[in-house]
Amino acid sequence: MTAISDRQKLAYVNAQAADGRVNLEFETEEGMTLNMGPQHPATHGTLRIVAKLDGEQVIHCEPVMGYMHRGYEKLLEVRTYPQVNTLVNRIDWLGSFTNEVPFILASEKLMGVEAPPRAQWIRTILFELGRIANISLFLGDTALHMGGMTAAFYAFRDREFVLNQIEAVTGGRFHPNFDRIGGLKDDFPKGWIADTKAVMARLRDFCDEIEDLVVGNEIFQARTRGIGIIPGDIAQSYGLSGANLRASGVDWDLRRDVPVGLAWDQCDWTVWTHPDGDSFSRYWVRLQEVREATKIVDQLCDGLPSGPIMAKVPRIIKVPEGEAWVATENPLGEMGYYVVSKGDLGPFRVKIRTASFNNISVIPWVTRGVYVPDVISILASLYFILGDIDR
Amino acid sequence: MILGLHLAYWQTSVIRSLGVLVAVLLPAGTFVYIFLFKMVSFMQSRLGPMEAGPYGSMQLLAEVGKFIQKEDIVPDNADRRLFKLAPYLVVATVLLVYLVVPFGPKMRFVNFDGGIFYALAVSSISALGVLIAGWASANKYSLMGGLRAAGQLIAYELPMVLAVVGVVIQAGTMNLSGIVAAQANGKMFGFGGLGNPYFITQFVGMVIFLIAVQAELTQTPFDMPIAESELVTGYITEYSGMRFLLFFIAEFAAVGSFAAVAATLFMGGWAVPGIKFDSGVMNVLGPIVLMAKMTLIAGVIFFVRFTYPRFREDQLQKFAWTILIPVALANILVTTVLKVAF
Repeated sequence: MTAISDRQKLAYVNAQAADGRVNLEFETEEGMTLNMGPQHPATHGTLRIVAKLDGEQVIHCEPVMGYMHRGYEKLLEVRTYPQVNTLVNRIDWLGSFTNEVPFILASEKLMGVEAPPRAQWIRTILFELGRIANISLFLGDTALHMGGMTAAFYAFRDREFVLNQIEAVTGGRFHPNFDRIGGLKDDFPKGWIADTKAVMARLRDFCDEIEDLVVGNEIFQARTRGIGIIPGDIAQSYGLSGANLRASGVDWDLRRDVPVGLAWDQCDWTVWTHPDGDSFSRYWVRLQEVREATKIVDQLCDGLPSGPIMAKVPRIIKVPEGEAWVATENPLGEMGYYVVSKGDLGPFRVKIRTASFNNISVIPWVTRGVYVPDVISILASLYFILGDIDR
Repeated sequence: MILGLHLAYWQTSVIRSLGVLVAVLLPAGTFVYIFLFKMVSFMQSRLGPMEAGPYGSMQLLAEVGKFIQKEDIVPDNADRRLFKLAPYLVVATVLLVYLVVPFGPKMRFVNFDGGIFYALAVSSISALGVLIAGWASANKYSLMGGLRAAGQLIAYELPMVLAVVGVVIQAGTMNLSGIVAAQANGKMFGFGGLGNPYFITQFVGMVIFLIAVQAELTQTPFDMPIAESELVTGYITEYSGMRFLLFFIAEFAAVGSFAAVAATLFMGGWAVPGIKFDSGVMNVLGPIVLMAKMTLIAGVIFFVRFTYPRFREDQLQKFAWTILIPVALANILVTTVLKVAF
């Protein structure tokens, strides 16, 4: 009994000491250390940002991660392949379906199975719906971080329609758990396609609304234009991906550049880039990304092929020995799974590459010399999800 | 004295004391319900409170009851006496502003010749309360909020005063009752049917005044001292329960007091065109008219608050010193020239 409480006490002391070490690094004679988080309204989750300030100017700023680490990579080693799906749903919880796809694709690659065309198209449609649900919330949330409350409510209002469509297919609003190795659990329900096209039209209206309310607003532009500039080479050297990289002028989109067997190459859409690399361009690129995603969904709904939605796979899935890496362009950026199989029911090792972890790592570089309010706007425009950082 | 009744000194004192409380709390409560609960909800495509009373009209009482029940927490490192004093100081300034605002020909607390001067001077005391709150909380967010509030006050007091100077020149008096009379009896370029409401002839002044009021009241787009996404809630971060409620009341009562001053300066105060200026009926009608005009101005303040994002502190200072103050000075110049010419 005493031993356990001693161990608890020791763990507590250790945690305190670890905390103290971070504080000590920043405690100096001049300036003030501001601890934003782990509980802070701007970090939507438990990201901790330790900033050393001179007045309101940031001298140095360091993100401290790991407050929500759930050990997914280790947990996956004791799950079977079908079970992994449920777990990885929780990584980027706003666009959950997009988390399942790269893992399923990697497993299929190892097994040598290919999903039938209809399943691939439905996967792509749901993938893009997940992207819209995720990024439309970003569009409102970023405005909220700069004090514009109304846009956030508009975002929640219109995301609801997308979630309804996802729910109608998968039964889950946030965690669909719908992908299966070799195909999908189910087909679209009756009448779903017409509803979805109506929702896409509504989302395009939402984008116009956001363009009026936020992008065109002089105060928003004053707060974001020329703030937090990340040049293209810096963005690449920090491993940024997704809209953050495209906003720095690097024309790179995995959907177009690395075909993984989904239906993106079947439709006509544009990869938008922006030369500036500031907070505004990151916002603008994401706004265009939602518009393009609605176009993709519309086109895929029109040309949906018929046929089965499940390939022939054994009832008990055993993946042959081998290693596979599949990455897709998720709402937050490049997300990839490196799966190592030893021919078992479950993966031997899994390495998950999530976008937010790398996107956040640029913070110390980009926040040198900015003001405290700009730290918030830069954080918001880099767009991270805590589950995606800490896994 | 009022309505032909003769009251003893103590009776007028009691009525005056109650009157100040009503003057402060009634607009504050009305604005919270109409704008914070309902208007913002409709703007954001939601309903707002609907359960307590018809259309949630009793929600305010429920909220007050909630805050009264809560524990009053004082942080360990806080400067206890100052920490407890600050909210009262902020509320008191609002009460002081109402003293000089006229509600009717005879409905007023004090008839003071330097009225507008006094109102502007007294309203700045609240920044002292905010600074005390920020310092005494022993919290870095609170301190930054308090300092931002102080910086904002210095930047925005000047355009506000300069905007008022135009009105004072045109009315020829600093007495708020005199300004109401000047607007009710005045003529616009020889046309006297509407009097001379200064929101037409002093339009530039009114815009500058309202922008400065927005900053003075720390409403978005100038709400950096609170800035809930950056500084948690700025100087009120450490406050809870009753003291938080006092800050909250003070915020909305201050909206009311500045709306009252703005309505008096620019919209003719309690007077309505068409009804004889100093007839006795205005003593009853006047407060209602003034309240209606205050609600109109508060509506503008809150509409802006819920539409725009927030400036950065240095952008706000730049805006005040490079745009508002030169425009306000030009406004004074033009007003002076026109005053001499007509």
